[in-house]
Amino acid sequence: MALLEVRDLGKTFGALRALGGVDVTVRARSFHGLIGPNGSGKSTLLKAIAGAHFASEGAIAFNGADITTATPAERAKRGLSLKFQITAILPELSVYDNILLAVQADQPLWTLLRSKSRAALHDEVLELLERFLLADLATDLAGELSHGQQQWLEIAMAMAVKPKLLLLDEPTGGMSPEERRVTGELLMPIKESCALVIVEHDLDFIKDICDHLTVLDQGQVLDDGTVAEIERSSRVQEVYTTRV
Amino acid sequence: MADASLPRPLRKQAPRSRFGVIPIVEWGLLAFLLLYPIAVSFLTAGDGPVDFDNFWVIRITTILILAKLAISFDLCWGYSGIMSFGQGLFFGLAGYVVAKFAEELGWLQIFFVVPMGMLVGWLAALLVGWFLLLGKRTPTVIFVALGTLTASYAAERLVGGWLWVGAGNGLSIWDFLMIGSYELEPGLAFYYVALLLLCFAYLGSRYLVRSQFGLVLAGMRQNEERIAFFGYRVQVYKAIVFSVAGMIAGLSGALYSYHEGFVGPSSVGIVTSTYAVLYGLFGGIGTLIGPVIGAGVIELLRLFLSDIDAIKNYWPVALGVIMLIVVAYRPTGLLGLVLSERERIGSFGIVDRSRTRFGTDSRSSQLKTTETDDGPA
Repeated sequence: MALLEVRDLGKTFGALRALGGVDVTVRARSFHGLIGPNGSGKSTLLKAIAGAHFASEGAIAFNGADITTATPAERAKRGLSLKFQITAILPELSVYDNILLAVQADQPLWTLLRSKSRAALHDEVLELLERFLLADLATDLAGELSHGQQQWLEIAMAMAVKPKLLLLDEPTGGMSPEERRVTGELLMPIKESCALVIVEHDLDFIKDICDHLTVLDQGQVLDDGTVAEIERSSRVQEVYTTRV
Repeated sequence: MADASLPRPLRKQAPRSRFGVIPIVEWGLLAFLLLYPIAVSFLTAGDGPVDFDNFWVIRITTILILAKLAISFDLCWGYSGIMSFGQGLFFGLAGYVVAKFAEELGWLQIFFVVPMGMLVGWLAALLVGWFLLLGKRTPTVIFVALGTLTASYAAERLVGGWLWVGAGNGLSIWDFLMIGSYELEPGLAFYYVALLLLCFAYLGSRYLVRSQFGLVLAGMRQNEERIAFFGYRVQVYKAIVFSVAGMIAGLSGALYSYHEGFVGPSSVGIVTSTYAVLYGLFGGIGTLIGPVIGAGVIELLRLFLSDIDAIKNYWPVALGVIMLIVVAYRPTGLLGLVLSERERIGSFGIVDRSRTRFGTDSRSSQLKTTETDDGPA
């Protein structure tokens, strides 16, 4: 069953048409890669899905509900979670508090005033810290982490809200090969609970973890299919050999 | 590497300093304020009888009352990024309402006056906050600053021209605040009542900003958009803090009009609102205790400067210059001189290291070594 359906989505910034009539379908618990040359509209599409931009035309349905005009907070409540391209951790809070902030997001407002709820969420925070290799750094300020660790922290925060669909914008940007390998390992277990839409320049990384790919070029869908299908596609070959 | 018994490398910062600057300042100030009136009464007595209701006790009482106003501004700007130039509105409005109750109905009991002042401040802030913060679009800092400033200015003009509330002359309160049948004159008893209520306002605010609710506020100050993507309704949080701040400003205003025996248009208006901003910025916003100190220092300066004949008419200029220096060279205020950024922001979670399995995750430590070799920022 389709978890996310993007139909005929368009987005214009003034005279620039960043997206023109894009269709994407993401099934539950599948890893879906968005690839394409620079400026092909991958990040714009991701932001339109998350609600950072509103689409100029078309519709987005998530989990059976129309979310085209929903605010980011409403989308988040429905189970969409976004990791930004530029790391958006909270640098002056400790790593622990960054995660706690994400974990407590589904708590009713008034329980946040009672100190009891802090203890209740403690184990959940620790589990995430350990899963994303941050347990050693719990009391460090998030801004003091290495680039790779900041990316993991952000993925951990995006996962903490227990999303049905996680949107990742270039999770391995600027990472060392070793960090990239670990990131892949960290992402695989997510499949049990949620689907993933990932924008990434590193094609090897994408091929390793994704089931399904959508190739964008100049704001349009160039091709769509399984990894094997895309690898054989002559249109994709052409774009990637002539323009990248 | 996986051997947990190996000593861990030294950390850049201690996880949580047991002896922070803030507790020292808090306890020091509390001890000073508790002992001050008794000490000053004996010291100024000389050969005559000890006068517990002397000039300095009364002046410091005023500061204790205005410190609550300073706290209310800190909750807005220091903790939730609401640049409120309108704290005077809630302060003065509460003052007017309790003065009117005293005049018309003779309701002077503190158990009525204090809750009434808080209620008026809270309702007024709720109304203003609803207009300014809960609109369809996310309001900018400038929009909120101008909105609160305008509200405060409009209220000043309104009461200044309204005969029922004394127009330009304001309202005088001829009676004293009552606790049961005891008359609370400005002096020692009023001092301790003001101190007690300041402690309540301070502790309540501190509980709020150090709870997990406060963690959301801390996150909001750093990256509002990110917090919204978690599903937090940022504007609702702001409106809640704004209304609580209005409640504290109302408490302050109700006490102030009884203590001074008078409430006039300037209490509602821009002058009072600006002082609230000055207290906060001068003392150090986002610390709660900083604005309390700021209120003390600025009020004492005001008192001394206005007493010097040569600059009697120009002292606000001197105050302005001091303010300019602080904002330009020490944006973190007086408390920023002694307080680390880490302590100011604080930490919110329980980090009990004995419950985590530190040092047993081989992958984690292995990666840490690789990274130190590569030396990323």
